[in-house]
Amino acid sequence: MTLTSEPWDATRGAEIIAERQHLEGATLVILHALQGAFGYVPEPAIPMIASILNLSRAEVHGVFTFYHDFRREPAGRHILKLCRAEACQAAGGDALAARAETKLGIAIGNTTADERVTLEPIYCLGLCATAPSAMLDGRVVGRLNEARIDALIAEAQR
Amino acid sequence: MTMRIFVPRDAGAVAVGADEVTLELGLAAGWRGVDIEIIRTGSRGLYWLEPMIEVATPGGRMAFGPVTEFDAASVLDAMISGGAHPLRLGVADELPWLKRQTRLTFARCGVVDPRSLADYRAHGGYKGLERALTLDSDGILADVTASGLRGRGGAGFPTGIKWKTVAQTSAERKYIVCNADEGDSGTFADRMIMEGDPFMVVEGMTIAAVAVGASKGYIYIRSEYPHAVEAMNAAISAARRAGYLGAGISGSNHDFDLEVRVGAGAYVCGEETSLLESLEGRRGIVRAKPPLPAHQGLFGKPTVINNVLSFAAIPFILAGGAKAYAEFGIGRSRGTMPIQLAGNVRHGGLFEIAFGVTLGELIDDIGGGTFTGRPVRAVQVGGPLGAYFPRELFDTPFDYEAFAARDGLIGHGGIVVFDDSVDMSRQARFAMEFCAVESCGKCTPCRIGSTRGVETIDKIRAGERVPENIAVVEDLCNTMKFGSLCALGGFTPYPVMSALKHFREDFGPPPNRLQAAE
Repeated sequence: MTLTSEPWDATRGAEIIAERQHLEGATLVILHALQGAFGYVPEPAIPMIASILNLSRAEVHGVFTFYHDFRREPAGRHILKLCRAEACQAAGGDALAARAETKLGIAIGNTTADERVTLEPIYCLGLCATAPSAMLDGRVVGRLNEARIDALIAEAQR
Repeated sequence: MTMRIFVPRDAGAVAVGADEVTLELGLAAGWRGVDIEIIRTGSRGLYWLEPMIEVATPGGRMAFGPVTEFDAASVLDAMISGGAHPLRLGVADELPWLKRQTRLTFARCGVVDPRSLADYRAHGGYKGLERALTLDSDGILADVTASGLRGRGGAGFPTGIKWKTVAQTSAERKYIVCNADEGDSGTFADRMIMEGDPFMVVEGMTIAAVAVGASKGYIYIRSEYPHAVEAMNAAISAARRAGYLGAGISGSNHDFDLEVRVGAGAYVCGEETSLLESLEGRRGIVRAKPPLPAHQGLFGKPTVINNVLSFAAIPFILAGGAKAYAEFGIGRSRGTMPIQLAGNVRHGGLFEIAFGVTLGELIDDIGGGTFTGRPVRAVQVGGPLGAYFPRELFDTPFDYEAFAARDGLIGHGGIVVFDDSVDMSRQARFAMEFCAVESCGKCTPCRIGSTRGVETIDKIRAGERVPENIAVVEDLCNTMKFGSLCALGGFTPYPVMSALKHFREDFGPPPNRLQAAE
């Protein structure tokens, strides 16, 4: 599965915001929807949300930057998230994370130069009894070992 | 006759190939001309055996596992012939690991089709709500109080008292909020219930709404749980279609509807006031208490906010089970606790049992030690804010008060097992680092204390003035414990101090640690 995102379009963005403006506490819902459509939350969307929800730009910017999930720029074509929390640490996750960094030639939190793979940490997928775990573009993978992480990386690089 | 085969759709099973097995079973059945029906269930929680698949037989559901896509065809043959197979485990209900449990909350998980309201009802679903609708508010509250249920999110506050406070607060609008922001590493019980028995959560929340007079509910699910989000949304739609949600639920004069909201990767939003802020569309900044959410919660209205497992325990209790529930457990910890065994453990999974089982029984006997085969050195109980316990404390019974007396907490019931290769100063550093990253920033002890904690532990690990710096860490922990606004800053000292207390040999320059590890 490749992440498919549409290019930023202000009219489309305004539609997405308007469809959800009636919800109680709509800011997070709107940010999720924008990121779902465009792959990130484009900067021009922030004042648009503020205006429709009758908030200040600073408030919306504050919400946007508080949460780890929201991106200010597009990710790579594939997003590989490696669980770095305790249960996966106990099961050898740190060594596998280091292996992924070496194979991809980037540190966790970065995107490869060819923009194919974004490597991110995630703190618990709730797959702690089949650790170590990862998520590739929304698909969960457990019981990682060297062979399985290599296969995941190869898949992400395609 | 159609053969009925059960394959989990639980994320933990999918992560190890359950979808591929389903596909292969379908293909293999096609080639053999055998008529099969594949029912996707939740997980029974025996994760080392996942994907564990079952076939209906006159003698009960026969289980096989762990089944890979390459085994699917031969397992199907064994199912057809009833013959032997290396992966054949026996009748699922008779498996010792399941038989030893007391499954009240998890009775249906792994058994029923979580997408089928009819299946839920066929297995006792909505009996609790039916009875609740024959009672008045006081009657429902009396049952919840009598059960002795305490909040399963970690704090262990009596659920009956919380609900009563909301019931007695008058307001034109009240809310029911389900905290499904299960961020603690080593915990997955909420996820399993939402994916495997989602109607039970809907029913539990509906009963709460009837009890306190609330009209709207939210389930705040973390974004790391996409399968749970999908399952809860499907259950809510089905419940609404069947008249269990919406105007006049089940023909009564109560109106109640539910909505799923998805978090955005902030651990602190598992803290209830931070979660409420997030639901209101703001930064997840912790609120000072009082006012309690029961008085002024979501949008300033009286709000019942409980963990998934608390709501999940309610249908059993209201279906006439209050007394039975209270008869399980020890001391002030009544009922059962879904315990989650995780990390480096041979038999990892979900084990629901009455309070009182000892840590040693859970780790050595039920968990079977480590999967690496090395000795267990430490276990962290209760997530990133829980203490690390050494083997000397394995006689501690699973009970809120017993853990507190030993400077620990049971939290949400997760246990992460580490073998003797663990470096405990590194784990202590991680606890501080995690707190620094996830701190909402409102209070200084948490925001600054955790950052200074990381720096100071780094100095200790580099061998710099070790005794003095250990004293600094202890002092920081003391300030964080008593000066923080919420459990994030307040409990981060638990893993740090317990590591220092029980594993002091790991705190020093690298040579010390190397010797200790050997």
